[in-house]
Amino acid sequence: MVAKFDLNDDSVVLIIGTGSGGGVLANELAQRGVKVVSLEAGGRYLPEDYLNDEWDSFGQLAWLDNRTTSGDWRVAKDFSGLPAWIVKAVGGTSIHWAGASLRFQEHEWKARTNYGQVGGANLLDWPIDGAEMAPWYDLAEAKLGVTRTGDRPGLPGNNNYKVLEKGALALGYKEVSTGRMAINSVDYDDRLACQQTGFCFQGCKWGAKWSAAYTDIPKGEATGNLEVRERCHALKIEHDDTGRVTGVLYADKDGNQHFQKARVVCVAGNSIESPRILLNSASAMFPDGLANSSGQVGRNYMRHVTGSVYGVFEKPVKMWRGTTMAGIVQDEARLDPSRGFVGGYELETLALGLPFMAAFLDPGGWGRSFTSALDGYENMAGMWIVGEDMPQETNRITLSATATDQFGLPAPNVHFDDHPNDVAMRNHAYALGEAIYRAAGATRTFPTPPYPSTHNLGTNRMSENPRDGVVNKHGQSHDIANLFVSDGSQFTSGAAENPTLTIVALAIRQAEFIAGELSRQNL
Amino acid sequence: MTTQYEGRGPSRQTLTRRQLISRSFAATAGMIVGAGFVAAPDAAWAYEATALKPETMATLIRMARDIYPHDRIADEFYVIAVKGYDTPEAAPGIEAGIAALNAAAEGAGHANYLAIGWEDDRVALLRAMENSAFFQQIRGGLVTGLYNQKAVWPLFGYEGESFSQGGYLHRGFDDINWL
Repeated sequence: MVAKFDLNDDSVVLIIGTGSGGGVLANELAQRGVKVVSLEAGGRYLPEDYLNDEWDSFGQLAWLDNRTTSGDWRVAKDFSGLPAWIVKAVGGTSIHWAGASLRFQEHEWKARTNYGQVGGANLLDWPIDGAEMAPWYDLAEAKLGVTRTGDRPGLPGNNNYKVLEKGALALGYKEVSTGRMAINSVDYDDRLACQQTGFCFQGCKWGAKWSAAYTDIPKGEATGNLEVRERCHALKIEHDDTGRVTGVLYADKDGNQHFQKARVVCVAGNSIESPRILLNSASAMFPDGLANSSGQVGRNYMRHVTGSVYGVFEKPVKMWRGTTMAGIVQDEARLDPSRGFVGGYELETLALGLPFMAAFLDPGGWGRSFTSALDGYENMAGMWIVGEDMPQETNRITLSATATDQFGLPAPNVHFDDHPNDVAMRNHAYALGEAIYRAAGATRTFPTPPYPSTHNLGTNRMSENPRDGVVNKHGQSHDIANLFVSDGSQFTSGAAENPTLTIVALAIRQAEFIAGELSRQNL
Repeated sequence: MTTQYEGRGPSRQTLTRRQLISRSFAATAGMIVGAGFVAAPDAAWAYEATALKPETMATLIRMARDIYPHDRIADEFYVIAVKGYDTPEAAPGIEAGIAALNAAAEGAGHANYLAIGWEDDRVALLRAMENSAFFQQIRGGLVTGLYNQKAVWPLFGYEGESFSQGGYLHRGFDDINWL
């Protein structure tokens, strides 16, 4: 029985966003008997709706609202209006993610302590650590059905993985496998095992990859405690004269505006939209935006050190066959400043179809250097770099002074400059990726620049001291007790790992906290 | 077999090679340009231009191939990639851009762009204008206009979707045999 709550029902928890953070939080609260209204800007798309066609799927799922970019990052040049490749739909970017599910390494929770003072970086230790998070990671892994955790076997390696594995082993790397993936290697949780179809980025038509869209959301709705309002775009969080938030103003699919009252508001709109709505909710009492007494809302935007390496071989690889992120090399994820940078990085296979390869291999490139590369498409293998980038106060989401969205609200500007540590790491990873493919017999390799960001992190960061960040160790804002942040924007630092598993673990943990605080009448 | 693009020009009939040659007034750079049309010399395809001058269309097709040259991809795919510019709205900008390209060719001592025999010489002219709005319009349009044609995918070995066939679990996802 899907719930339906009244706009004036001020007993509900209102969650903005239904992705890996908000969608999981909604279900976890609903399972604990808490009434939840979720606002989702996008529509509802299920496996039967997903399109195994890159551009058609992009048109179906991508968040394409007006955004601007600045800074020296290459994305601002290549994709100036598209800083991020994320999803606007029920389930959010959990529809698009590739499924890599890695826990943070212990040292990564304490980046400031373990990396020391890094010039230009705004490093800070998380107020939590691996021991605190271990039981929540256990729950997250069970929820997602992560391979190589519990008793779940690993996925088989596809052609793209086999090439990576051969090259990595030839160079002496040890931590090479098909990884820990939220893609079923055997049927699990009423979802099928992976059929090696490819198009993981376009939504899994088998439902073999975990997505909140067809797991947590319907499970939450089945409790009768969750109402998801799709195509409802949150515009502004309002508060009373005591400084408590009272609800959210939103626009429905027809553009009509409504105000939903709420006892608690949780923001989970991804690291661009979450700080944006806090900034757009500025008032006389909070002139710099909600929860922003630290001045850190929107700052410390991280997007991981990324880039890709593609290699062309003498014979066919057909990398598009099977799991997109089919394997991983983890040896370089360690902390080893002797490499010339702090933090570490993972190398994970990645495959693009021909249409996206043409768009992303060398954006702006043309001529025979470019086309001879594409002529080798069938013989290509690909990998993606994902490494820890440095939080910088000046890398930030701000409200545009000129650009607006479809509702007339200031559009977000995404400013990012690479830190020297980011550049050193990327160059190290490029060289290693190319060496791996050479070792496997590549005749030509390509250090491909970053795509629009899918890992958007850090813009409402967690901190022990309210002076240093936006939320406490539960994702509760330091300034406003009944305002929470529930997505990757909580991240104090980025670590080397794909963020979704940690976002999910934090959401489960936060649900336990909020449900407890509600029952204790503390919220 | 002639590919006749639907809805372009008065004649929907298939042209024979002989008819093409008889109607042409120029045969250059691998294309036949006639009154209102551009065609392949072997009549493999013919395009009847409506808003663009046929010489402009022929030059645009050549330019498209020079930007993204794939020797195994036939001209007709480049025609498909650029025919969207043959509209009353787009034509003035395209005519102006191609006129500038021809002026650059003349400046380099050639009759026009199509008359330049070597690709490298044409590419040198394109490099000199690669930051222009016109060049970027054509190049950017080709990224999807050319590579998102399902008919060209097999020419690169790309198989597109496999869901309808049950994925590759039992159809070669791990069939690499040369490593």
